[in-house]
Amino acid sequence: MAQAQTRAPGASRQARETQRRLVRSSRVARNHLIVTVGLGFIQAVLVIAQATLLARVIAGVFMDGESFAEVAPLLAWLAVISAGRGLASAGFESAGRFGAARVMSELRQRLSRHLLLNRPGALQDQQSGDLVSSAIDGVAALENYFARYLPQAVLAGIVPIAVLAWVVRYNWESAIILAVTAPLIILFMVLIGLLTEQRTRKRWERMSRLSSHFLDLVGGLATLRANSQAYSQAGSIEAVGEEYRRETMGALRIGFLSSLVLELLAMIGVAMVATAIGIQLADGHLELVAGLTVLLLAPELYLPLRQLGAQFHASADGMAAAERIFEVIDQPAAVTAPAEPVPAPDPARWSVAMEGISYAWPGRERVLESVDLELAPGEKVALVGPSGGGKSTLASLLLRLAEPAAGRIVCGGVDLAAVEPRDWRSRIAWVPQRPTIFAATLADNLRLFNPRASDQRLAEAIGVAVLGDLVAGLPDGLETMVGEGGRRLSAGQAQRIALARALLSEAPLLILDEPTAHLDHQTESELSEAINEAARDRTALIISHREEPIARADRTLVLDGHGLSERVAA
Amino acid sequence: MITARLQRTPLGRAALATRNRWRFFALSVLLATGTVLAAVGLLTASGYLISRAAQRPEILSLTVAIVSVRFFGISRALLRYGERLSSHDLAFRTLTDLRGRFFDRLIPLVPAGIDGSRRADLMSRFVGDVDRLQDVYLRALSPPLVAIFCSVFCVALASVILPMAGLVLAVMLLLGGIAAPALTRWAARHAGRRQARARGHLAGDLHEIAFGGAEIAVAGREEDWLRRATDDDAELLSLQLRDAMSGGLAEGLGTLLAVGAAVAVTAAAIPAVHSGELNGVMLAALALLAMASFEAITPLSQAAAVIDATDAAAGRIEEVTERPVPVIDLDHPRPIPAGGPIRLEKVGFAYPGGDGLLLDRAELELAPGEAVALTGPSGIGKSTLAELLVRFRDPDEGRITFGGTDLRDLDQEELREAVRLAPQDAYLFNTTIAENVKLGRPEADRERITEALAEAGLEDWINSLPDGIDATVGEDGAKVSGGQRQRIAAARAFLSRARFLIFDEPTAHLDPVGAAALERRLVDRRNQGCGILVITHTLADPDAFDRVLELRDGTFREIRDGGPGGRR
Repeated sequence: MAQAQTRAPGASRQARETQRRLVRSSRVARNHLIVTVGLGFIQAVLVIAQATLLARVIAGVFMDGESFAEVAPLLAWLAVISAGRGLASAGFESAGRFGAARVMSELRQRLSRHLLLNRPGALQDQQSGDLVSSAIDGVAALENYFARYLPQAVLAGIVPIAVLAWVVRYNWESAIILAVTAPLIILFMVLIGLLTEQRTRKRWERMSRLSSHFLDLVGGLATLRANSQAYSQAGSIEAVGEEYRRETMGALRIGFLSSLVLELLAMIGVAMVATAIGIQLADGHLELVAGLTVLLLAPELYLPLRQLGAQFHASADGMAAAERIFEVIDQPAAVTAPAEPVPAPDPARWSVAMEGISYAWPGRERVLESVDLELAPGEKVALVGPSGGGKSTLASLLLRLAEPAAGRIVCGGVDLAAVEPRDWRSRIAWVPQRPTIFAATLADNLRLFNPRASDQRLAEAIGVAVLGDLVAGLPDGLETMVGEGGRRLSAGQAQRIALARALLSEAPLLILDEPTAHLDHQTESELSEAINEAARDRTALIISHREEPIARADRTLVLDGHGLSERVAA
Repeated sequence: MITARLQRTPLGRAALATRNRWRFFALSVLLATGTVLAAVGLLTASGYLISRAAQRPEILSLTVAIVSVRFFGISRALLRYGERLSSHDLAFRTLTDLRGRFFDRLIPLVPAGIDGSRRADLMSRFVGDVDRLQDVYLRALSPPLVAIFCSVFCVALASVILPMAGLVLAVMLLLGGIAAPALTRWAARHAGRRQARARGHLAGDLHEIAFGGAEIAVAGREEDWLRRATDDDAELLSLQLRDAMSGGLAEGLGTLLAVGAAVAVTAAAIPAVHSGELNGVMLAALALLAMASFEAITPLSQAAAVIDATDAAAGRIEEVTERPVPVIDLDHPRPIPAGGPIRLEKVGFAYPGGDGLLLDRAELELAPGEAVALTGPSGIGKSTLAELLVRFRDPDEGRITFGGTDLRDLDQEELREAVRLAPQDAYLFNTTIAENVKLGRPEADRERITEALAEAGLEDWINSLPDGIDATVGEDGAKVSGGQRQRIAAARAFLSRARFLIFDEPTAHLDPVGAAALERRLVDRRNQGCGILVITHTLADPDAFDRVLELRDGTFREIRDGGPGGRR
């Protein structure tokens, strides 16, 4: 969305901090890193041992004419080391994947706990809804970071240094060549990272915009066809694609120059080492075994560095994902829980009063301004008004899903701010505007508010909410799986289920948010009976955007741009 | 022959679809092969150089070796640069080709050929799958070819130096190029299948927690959902542990073969040095040649996974594009009639496998200059009627005529110029308001667009926007409200020069006052000689219309005749 498109130049510093935080904040991530480092060391040792032994064998046979039998023990060792390298890389790969899986598991659980315990219903605010979606999508991108980028970064940190330390023993001239070129590669990588980060981000944004151009066309194809525009728009795919290709290739020609330099450094490094060794050998300053060891090791020094460059996107994508996840986890709790909570008052005995309540969703104008509202025990109050007038927000405040900016909610003399929100919510049954159908059996869905409701009460509620036909039509009746992955239900059916949930609840306060929105007249009149039944013997707040509420109400309140006012009966 | 083989798999068919790009593909394979061979050359020449140098010859005699080492080093870097450029260029071209091709296939299928509540999911998956196919050359087809070319060259080179070494290297390369990727592929498939279910469950849990969280919290059932998420997480984790082991095993085998190759080739060559068959100066070169030759083999494991993934994506795309086309035009359609009413004559329609007839010998006439409302409960077939009227579908029985001509004899595109449907939940494209409205009539100027927006009752809103009609609407109209979206869709219809306008649920997201106001504006359009049909389940202002019909039991019944002004 819009806020993602502008990024401060300090983005890379932020990425580093995120990286640090990722590792520091979790024991699992730390263990993953420690195991990876350990296995990285083993690999480095094996790489060096193999090169040294192989050089010794070749030099022995070629220069000293050693026989096969003489070098056989060394060859056996080399076979063992090869097997060891196989095992080490198997372990490295497994540990990388499993470590990443564990880190992700922990992160998912942190995310779930935070969302459910601190910010239930984040979607009510569109902005945080988007944020949560992208955080959930980001978990996969971060898995790649931990499974691919991080282990590669560890290898890049260990192997070159170990190799260099070994090479110094044999030939300091080569060591100098390596010691100069390797840091240059790293320096270039950092420079490229800094220079291209901004450009890369922009490119990815453009890329995703291009990709969304196609998504847009496909998504709106029915509309295009209705307007006879589908075939003319098809041409724009090629035009946009071609324009993008040309533009991007222009940028890449320059962008890849930096990796050309990188590659040149690595290759020329090897070539320089080979030439330097060759000349020293010819001069007799160096033994073949030493020269060969160095030559065999030189490519091994550059390899992890070059591979790290290839993982640049895994790193960038992973960091962006981590930032999104942290952004969600860092959001403060929607409602502050009191330090020393008092028991929740009973709305069946006391009236619930909102006093001078104001509220604004983050970054937007106030929707509620000094609203006063009282619900007497057993009273049915209808709340009507135009869409966007703040009716649902009022319900959220009453449910303690959001904290009012000003004012307080009182019940039986107790300010609800002093009550544990979960305790208070247990006294409320709620029919939201867009009820969620959970991936579970229909019966479990109906028992949301009251898992212990008897089968008989369930059957009654199904009757009242006019769900009989639906249940009868399902292959497994009440035991049919519904929701995601199960049978899909229409909006009307979902609303009936939500009503049945409320009917089964024993909570003394009922909040109905547009219980018949998007329903036709016939269904609506069928349901008004269920609504009256649900509201019987309870305090009820019935929200509707219609002029007339669909259920019997003791009073009707109007919430519009001017605030809350009582409608005088005609 | 290759064409026939490719034709057999979805991936192959996708590749064939873009075969006009073969020159670009050949170039990038060539450059990639050159890149690997330059590295082979660099290491082999280096091995020879230092071995020869150890014999302490004249420095001058080493010049050729020194120059070739440098040559290979530099050309390697340059080839790699060229390869990256050409392969990216190819990927962009392929993607554009594929998008255009599949979009063309999709056009006649939407909306009637792709029914069902999951159309949106299907479409977004379709787009993702097409994107995935851009890797078809770069990461799926190119690596095996490069591996084959490089391996053949390396084995040939080794054989020239020592036939036995060539043989050993060939065996190692074959094992590394076939066994290791096969094991990786087996492990990945295994893992993919087993993990998909667990991942699906977990994604579902997270989604419910994020978006149904308020209800869970009000029900006080937080712990139940957290427990479920934890259990599903533990299940996924145990699968991932096993799959990490098998994935590691495959990786380990690859490494073993790659590092073992140099040792094996050296061991095989030692007796030849003693027998004099091989000059000892070549021993190091052979070992380094074996080491370098595996560079082309290593990417094969990943390519195997990419081949599977892109093949699956191509298969899913075909599932969509190979569906039967619901409406087919005549070879020589008749011209659009100059005028006249739209008439349904004994029209019958049912969805295949649906719950019986939605329309049953239905009769209806819609005259120019008349505003008709059609009501009825949801699911009764009102939107289907709208789709029949613009020929998104054809009736099963009877016929629909426009000015006396059967719609089946007309060209669909031309018909929709004359009979314009503003569909339910009209789509807004991620561009400006003006561009969105312009869709109704691409040649319209800004003045006309502004007029149409005013006609739809958006004048005040447009004036309040800093960018006016050039304000963007966001992704799928995210920046505008449901009511504004519907008015923009109405403006789109107003802008067109169609003789009939059909609005499907134009007021669904409006409050009653707003709905009545918009209905009046739609009806007013009849004064310009347009026939208006408004389809809605809740009619805000029945008095505004000339006639109000109800769809019930497959036929239309007039439930109120004559408006305040009587019939026109």
